[in-house]
Amino acid sequence: MKLGSVAREKTRSGFLAEVRRRSGTNPADCYQCGKCTAGCPLTFAGDLDPARVMRLVQLGQRDAVLQSRTIWLCASCETCTTRCPQEVDLASVMDALRIMAREAGLTQAAREVAIANAGLLGSVKSRGRVHEMMLVLQQNLRTLHLFRDAEKGPVLMLKGKMDPLGHKRGARDQVRRLFENVARMEAAERAASTTPRCACSDEGGEA
Amino acid sequence: MSYAYFPGCSQQGMAAEFDRSARSVCDRLGIALSEIPDWVCCGATPAHATSHLLSIALPALTLAKVKDADAVATVCAACYSRLRIASHELREDAELRARVKEAAGVECAGEVPVRHLLDILCNDLGVAAIRERVKRPLAGLKVACYYGCLLMRPPKVVAFDDPENPRVMDEVLAAAGAECVEWPYKTECCGASLSLARPDVVCKLANDILREARDAGAHVIAVACPLCHTNLDLRQADVARQYGVRYEMPVLFFTQLLGLALGVPEKGLGLNRLIVSPKPVLEKLAAA
Amino acid sequence: MARVGVFICHCGENIARTVDCARVAEYAATLPGVAHAVDYRYMCSDPGQRLIETAIREHGLTGVVVASCSPHMHEVTFRRTVARAGLNPFLCEMANIREQCSWVHEDREAATAKACELVRLMVEKVKWNTALEPIHVPVTRKALVIGGGIAGIQAALDIANGGREVILVEKGPSIGGHMAQLSETFPTLDCSQCIMTPRMVEVKNHPNITLYTYAEVEKVDGYIGNFAVTIRKKARCVDEALCTGCGECQSKCPQGKLKTSVIPNEFDLGLSRRPAIYVPFPQAVPNVPVIDKEHCRYFQDGKCGVCQKVCPAKAVDFTQTDQVVTEQVGAIVVATGYDVMSSGEYGEYGGGRYPDVIDGLQFERLLSASGPTGGEVKRPSDGKVPETVVFIACAGSRDRSHGVPYCSKICCMYTAKHAMLYKHKVHHGQAYVFYMDIRAGGKNYDEFVRRAIEEEGAVYLRGRVSRLYQKDGQLIVKGADTLSGQPVEIAADLVVLATAIQARPGSDALAQMLKVPYDGYGFLSEAHPKLRPVETNSAGVYLAGACQAPKDIPETVAQASAAASKVLGLFSMEQMEREPTVSVVNERTCIGCFDCERVCPFGAIEHREIRDRRGNLLKVVSHVNEGVCAGCGACATTCRSGSIELRGYTDEQVFAQIAAVGV
Repeated sequence: MKLGSVAREKTRSGFLAEVRRRSGTNPADCYQCGKCTAGCPLTFAGDLDPARVMRLVQLGQRDAVLQSRTIWLCASCETCTTRCPQEVDLASVMDALRIMAREAGLTQAAREVAIANAGLLGSVKSRGRVHEMMLVLQQNLRTLHLFRDAEKGPVLMLKGKMDPLGHKRGARDQVRRLFENVARMEAAERAASTTPRCACSDEGGEA
Repeated sequence: MSYAYFPGCSQQGMAAEFDRSARSVCDRLGIALSEIPDWVCCGATPAHATSHLLSIALPALTLAKVKDADAVATVCAACYSRLRIASHELREDAELRARVKEAAGVECAGEVPVRHLLDILCNDLGVAAIRERVKRPLAGLKVACYYGCLLMRPPKVVAFDDPENPRVMDEVLAAAGAECVEWPYKTECCGASLSLARPDVVCKLANDILREARDAGAHVIAVACPLCHTNLDLRQADVARQYGVRYEMPVLFFTQLLGLALGVPEKGLGLNRLIVSPKPVLEKLAAA
Repeated sequence: MARVGVFICHCGENIARTVDCARVAEYAATLPGVAHAVDYRYMCSDPGQRLIETAIREHGLTGVVVASCSPHMHEVTFRRTVARAGLNPFLCEMANIREQCSWVHEDREAATAKACELVRLMVEKVKWNTALEPIHVPVTRKALVIGGGIAGIQAALDIANGGREVILVEKGPSIGGHMAQLSETFPTLDCSQCIMTPRMVEVKNHPNITLYTYAEVEKVDGYIGNFAVTIRKKARCVDEALCTGCGECQSKCPQGKLKTSVIPNEFDLGLSRRPAIYVPFPQAVPNVPVIDKEHCRYFQDGKCGVCQKVCPAKAVDFTQTDQVVTEQVGAIVVATGYDVMSSGEYGEYGGGRYPDVIDGLQFERLLSASGPTGGEVKRPSDGKVPETVVFIACAGSRDRSHGVPYCSKICCMYTAKHAMLYKHKVHHGQAYVFYMDIRAGGKNYDEFVRRAIEEEGAVYLRGRVSRLYQKDGQLIVKGADTLSGQPVEIAADLVVLATAIQARPGSDALAQMLKVPYDGYGFLSEAHPKLRPVETNSAGVYLAGACQAPKDIPETVAQASAAASKVLGLFSMEQMEREPTVSVVNERTCIGCFDCERVCPFGAIEHREIRDRRGNLLKVVSHVNEGVCAGCGACATTCRSGSIELRGYTDEQVFAQIAAVGV
């Protein structure tokens, strides 16, 4: 990570402003006390601790943040948001960063999480409700962990916890239209905003 | 009070026993639940990690179907959180209301309060009323009440109790005769939705929680969330493999424990669906 | 016929950049009644002032308008200038063409036109100005000091040593305040009680100081130089004149038995117990006990009276009642100090459930030789000597979510001191300090903190603690070190929270009584943050110490001495002079409705009886106490019979200005 061009990058990319707009909270309020890092149950698993993510957002380090694993490992448990002395809603910042990373196609750092998220939403989109068994099978297929949790299948079937015939469904047509509308509206909103979709693309001439 | 009941997806599948026991308990306690017709998934974490609009519009679709109820009743902490946040944001933000209307095709101003069953038990019914109806007190059963993250956080939107040291579940189960232990991991996160994508991470968090509950002397853990339940109950085998510790710690939904005390027959509680069987603990208790 | 002089100031470029001053002067010269108009680069400079003086003499001016900055800046300057030329100072007015014109506009044409208009308005007003003479108010040369901590003690001693009488009122049974509770003080590690107690004794023996302890100020009437203060002396139930301070009563009080006492000792912040009749600490001044009626068996069920029986001086008197006294004083120094936020406020730090999570003041008591452990560091739960102590700075400070947004200023220093003193007492112990920034500006302060780190081995971790919990007799502290980007977990035996410094509860009520503004946190406001730091907007009321903002001891003492010097300055005169811009009632037309009394924020309206020669009461009318009136004009605008006018701002003057708008 290069910090030599901090000031220029910050003003040029408007990354901080974009995160602020999308998250509804101001990352500039963070004074780096580290209480989020101290309380985050997933600090051990991430590549950046939460306070570091906030700092890099402040410094406009778009790529470093959007390519990090941490934003995908955030379990949205809201511990950070609850305890932040500066009332920064970090959980919302993480949501905003995940959305921006997905838009920019930068989900390589945590493919499995991205796949799981897409899988659940796919299930909701087609059935109105989640079909858990389908979810597990899809996840294993798409991540090539074919036998992950395989031994649990028979147990779960036996206990009646996995029903291959699926659940009831809810308001499928309404939900499908809802998904389509959201996709259409957000595409329009993105087109209207001049923010570049990926910092990598406008990086070229500067080096 | 009339409650529009939102069961949630997991309560139709993996955690059907949560739904079943909640209905049985409410039936015993005279709490009338009427299921919201044609409800849809709350979107859970994947929705708000993908699109803010989607994460509000999905719950709005369900909330708009609520007619003539004093409150929406939920049992799953995650559904509770998503529905409550959506209703909160819809109340506060007129622009969002308009966008949601365009996306979901329904109007929803978030006027009907979204509440969790624990809140209803404690604050509408009252623990005294529960105590009166207890038939088989859970005397001698040491319970670690595990609230997880989403029931109490963020306090600006959801809190019906102290976010750092919640007491509602302890009070409800104490009214059922159980001895609720003091333990430090009441509100630590279990990894929730990472269960599918990163079981390794979830195992570490589950191990911490199980260890603290055991060290506090708990016989069982009580939960209010199907994700917590999966991570703590189903993952105990993985925890044993990853950390070499076999806890054999039964993890029950609080409604199952309450149901036992109220004399609900076992069939109405779905105890047989639990991976770590609570039978040995409960039998020892009955014998004592 | 009026002969007004108009003086337009360029204020360097401040005004001239946007206002064409020469054009304004030319315009002013054309106004009816203006005999002379001129512009100049700096009107407040010596040559500028001479310009005005000369013009008054040469042109026989009857009024002066200076168009320049705000009257807050230079009204005094220019009024003195005209006075030197023999004109009554109140015939000089200022038109503000800087703050209200050049600084807020960019369009030169429009700004010049506005400046012309502002000048015209003021010329019209000045034509109606009349000569006013200053008001003289007698001064009672005796001061009241509220609060007997180090701030109040220092202020009282300085005033008393300056030869004036002082009444020192302390709410508790002894003077000494928080400083008497401290172990040693940074950065020199002086024993706090050793440097404090001589001052306390001096207060007690000073011929110019009257000490009221266990007493509270109930009411303050009057105004600068002439306050009437009502003080309630709470019943001690011990006769101060008879008591010899032998201590027999407290050693025999059945409520004070070591094992059974349930009464928390306030001086030890609840870390020890005390009897129902007690002297708060051995060096207390006065060394006279009080009876805590809430816990005294005699007062609760009438059965005991042991203290009365054992008192050799027969000083215990259960029938004593509160006494209310009224004192006349000329000035008031507020020195009510601070409190620390309770360590129970933080849910994530145990919410007060863990006995071994204590605040900084409690740790002072554990370090103090006069404390509950005799100066040995032993933790409250089981008396074990803690081998690992975690100090958490900013517990409540700089926390807009859970606590207060401001920095409490003293915590960085006392935490470094705590870590150091702990190491001095427990050589094998390890201190950890969680901090966000180290704020150690002050003489030898940063060196002191460095010493704690470099020589005393305190491990400083830069980060806040997310939460802590009890497990197996220890406290598990989950923090972070942001310098290495790592979460940190420490199993501690004792946790000390540097909780936020807060205003005393009730400081807002006191401020209202004294008509002193206060901030959202209950700290009393100084008159000007830089230039009038010990005065308040309530004339004759001064501030000393932490009632104004968090402060350490040297700062507190300096401010107390400053307040004392202000008081002595006021007391240097038998009479004080005040501006005559106060309200005056026309007693002939006043109908006695007293609406003015209801709206007056300063309590300046009095009732005056009008009688005929035989003494028959004709009517009761309003009368303005010139000493109290602040000249706000609320009464004048409220009066429905139009009987009140504000000198210097009469209806004629104001209407003349209004009539000149847009002409």
